[in-house]
Amino acid sequence: MTTIAANPADFHGSAHDADHKPAFFARWFMSTNHKDIGTLYLIFAIFAGVIGGAISGLMRWELAEPGIQHLTSWASMMKGSGATLDEAYHMWNVLITAHGLIMVFFMVMPAIIGGFGNWFVPLMIGAPDMAFPRMNNISFWLTAVAFIMLLGSSFVPGGTGLGAGTGWTVYAPLSTSGSVGPAVDMAIFSLHMAGAASILGAINFITTIFNMRAPGMTLHKMPLFVWSVLVTAFLLLLALPVLAAAITMLLVDRNFGGAFFDAAAGGDPVLYQHLFWFFGHPEVYIMILPGFGIISQIVATFSRKPVFGYLGMAYAMVAIGVVGFVVWAHHMFTSGMTVDMKLYFTAATMLIAVPTGIKIFSWIATMWGGSVSFKTPLVWAMGFIFMFTVGGVTGIVLANGGLDDNLHDTYYVVAHFHYVLSLGAVFALFAGFYYWFGKMSGKMLSEALGHLHFWLFFIGVNVLFFPMHFLGNSGMPRRYPDYPEAFAYWNEVASFGYLIMLAGVIVFFINVAYAYLAGRRAEGNYWGEGATTLEWTLSSPPPFHQFETLPVIK
Amino acid sequence: MAGAKNHDYHILPPSIWPLIGSFGALTMFGGLVLWMHKTAYGPLIFGLGLLAILFTFYSWWVDVVAEAHAGDHTPVVSLHLRYGMILFIASEVMFFVGWFWAWFDFSLFPAPIQVVEGATESLFGQEGAAALLQWPPKGVEVLAANKLPLLNTLILLCSGTTVTWAHHSLIHGDRDGLKKGLWLTIILGVLFTSLQALEYAEAPFAFGGLNYGTTFFMATGFHGFHVLVGTIFLIVCLIRSYKGHFTPQQHFGFEAAAWYWHFVDVVWLFLFVVVYVWGGWGAPVH
Repeated sequence: MTTIAANPADFHGSAHDADHKPAFFARWFMSTNHKDIGTLYLIFAIFAGVIGGAISGLMRWELAEPGIQHLTSWASMMKGSGATLDEAYHMWNVLITAHGLIMVFFMVMPAIIGGFGNWFVPLMIGAPDMAFPRMNNISFWLTAVAFIMLLGSSFVPGGTGLGAGTGWTVYAPLSTSGSVGPAVDMAIFSLHMAGAASILGAINFITTIFNMRAPGMTLHKMPLFVWSVLVTAFLLLLALPVLAAAITMLLVDRNFGGAFFDAAAGGDPVLYQHLFWFFGHPEVYIMILPGFGIISQIVATFSRKPVFGYLGMAYAMVAIGVVGFVVWAHHMFTSGMTVDMKLYFTAATMLIAVPTGIKIFSWIATMWGGSVSFKTPLVWAMGFIFMFTVGGVTGIVLANGGLDDNLHDTYYVVAHFHYVLSLGAVFALFAGFYYWFGKMSGKMLSEALGHLHFWLFFIGVNVLFFPMHFLGNSGMPRRYPDYPEAFAYWNEVASFGYLIMLAGVIVFFINVAYAYLAGRRAEGNYWGEGATTLEWTLSSPPPFHQFETLPVIK
Repeated sequence: MAGAKNHDYHILPPSIWPLIGSFGALTMFGGLVLWMHKTAYGPLIFGLGLLAILFTFYSWWVDVVAEAHAGDHTPVVSLHLRYGMILFIASEVMFFVGWFWAWFDFSLFPAPIQVVEGATESLFGQEGAAALLQWPPKGVEVLAANKLPLLNTLILLCSGTTVTWAHHSLIHGDRDGLKKGLWLTIILGVLFTSLQALEYAEAPFAFGGLNYGTTFFMATGFHGFHVLVGTIFLIVCLIRSYKGHFTPQQHFGFEAAAWYWHFVDVVWLFLFVVVYVWGGWGAPVH
């Protein structure tokens, strides 16, 4: 098996030399290697994150003071001639839509599942690769072309201007009769492709985790990150097809005279909301569950203790995944549902606080009495625990159907979901990045720059998002580019917070550049005795094909 | 130990198909957007993209079959393929949940509403609203469930038994029975699709204009599309059985086709009961 088959039809020679990497094009464009595909996903997610983050910068710039500052000139720039105020308002809708869709589908999901999932699920279970290495690659490339499609939509007509301005939820009738141009069709097809990519990825992860664990690694010995990806993959598998059906209905209504959401023809716009959120609520757990897994690994590593209550931690994630499927209508409390329905969805939603609480307390209990070393990954993980708790508490507030009548579609909701996502999922991503970067690249990041990045980012996002609770409580609605004078102060503070966060992001990129230019060489297990999972038994970076003799777990 | 593979998993050489397939999808959907908005070359670009996707499917599975013959499908890799197919079917089930959800929403909660400035308003008591207060909406003539749909139900159930006949023949090394069973299943599948097309042509209601027609055609239409895909899958199996592929021990390609066929069958049973029988109850029959 030392020669690679010259004839591609000869599949007998499919086993490569461990150190014999394919040439550049074959390696990066035709990859069947889980680590290379994971790297592609991470680079892609960072690229998309920069675009999505820049869009939020534009929004904070516009919102820094009352009145319309820059929107009209931006809309004119996109259009190539003078834009009307309506077109400027549409531009705002396009910005919020693009920010949401990019961050959800092209930043968090590709990074946390495609990137870390691909890299570390096979390594942690002692497998040589994923179950379907070739299908793994189409998951990545479909995500990439979906992103091209979404970006392309901003240059074609949507509603009253260029681009899809429907919000990431794509609610009808704004997305049907309200936006006749091709932009929304492009956004819908983008979601179709990204969704197909994720379904194939989910099939791949479930099969890998069930069938490729090293001899002796029972489900109850599996690292919690692998558990989290397993639960996430089931959510993806069962939730995304419903979204596919829902957005196909939009397409039919828009282009083929369908009547799904056209009330005049017996259709029901609220049906779309149900279908969307039946996907959308599991989707928010899809974004956060792998984060839970990463945090569990990190907290245990740097406390030099096994995670507290391992089985409880694993089944808490299963519980969150299961209950997450039956709480969706808490996103729709103001759509005119009956009191009985509100009652059920309020109670079911609050129930999720129980397994989530188990996780929070178990992380704290893991650190309790541990030999804690405050390395960069751990401070990010602690930041995660703190801020996810804040976001969880405001989530309990919003779960109340009665209270939500007041808070629905205000900045309180924006603050809540940014605390759990932008400060939860993203903190987990940075924590994972600092934890595993040395393993992936073979180079060490700077601890000092990592801490600086953390503190700038932590302070920045809190200054940015905490005031939004006040704005929302005072009644400032979300998704508007303008507001009365009364909201000026906290908006200015929030925009200032963005700049602090931006400084943190710049430090992050400096740190990555530093690691590649001057970083220390990473050892196999650079975190020492606390790091007990299988990836630490390998070199950094691991060989092109690892575990050619499967490890045996006692 | 470099290069010494001591496990039964399948480590694959690089493959170009994912890249071609993805850009094929981008081209196809891009062309479809152009087509739907009546732009020049839309159908052409759509067709090119579709060709690229079909070419990808073909080449990819040619590779998979070659790998199977090369002995890469060890017992554990075979198990992967089984898991993959079951999970794929599970996701397909959830896709149909979406269409049934629309059907149940309209049939169980017929509510005449309109949307005014983003808020829903009830139209109870207003003129014309009464038509939407019942299901099927007043004035809709439905297809008789006990005619073509019942016949189609029997055809699909029958095809479920013929595909099982083919499977048992294969397991017992009776290639002749395998081919006969597959031929019959495919013929029954084509018969089903033809009758469904006939029924569509005769349907007394339109696709657009009313929720009943749109939901009916989309739910049964997506099922019909899956029947078509399943039929093609079975045709591939038939060709492969003529080529001497499949052994009594290893024939996952056939099994996957059979599973898919049973899935399509079960979806139809739900459609028959929910859409044709229950969903048309009490309405005038065409």
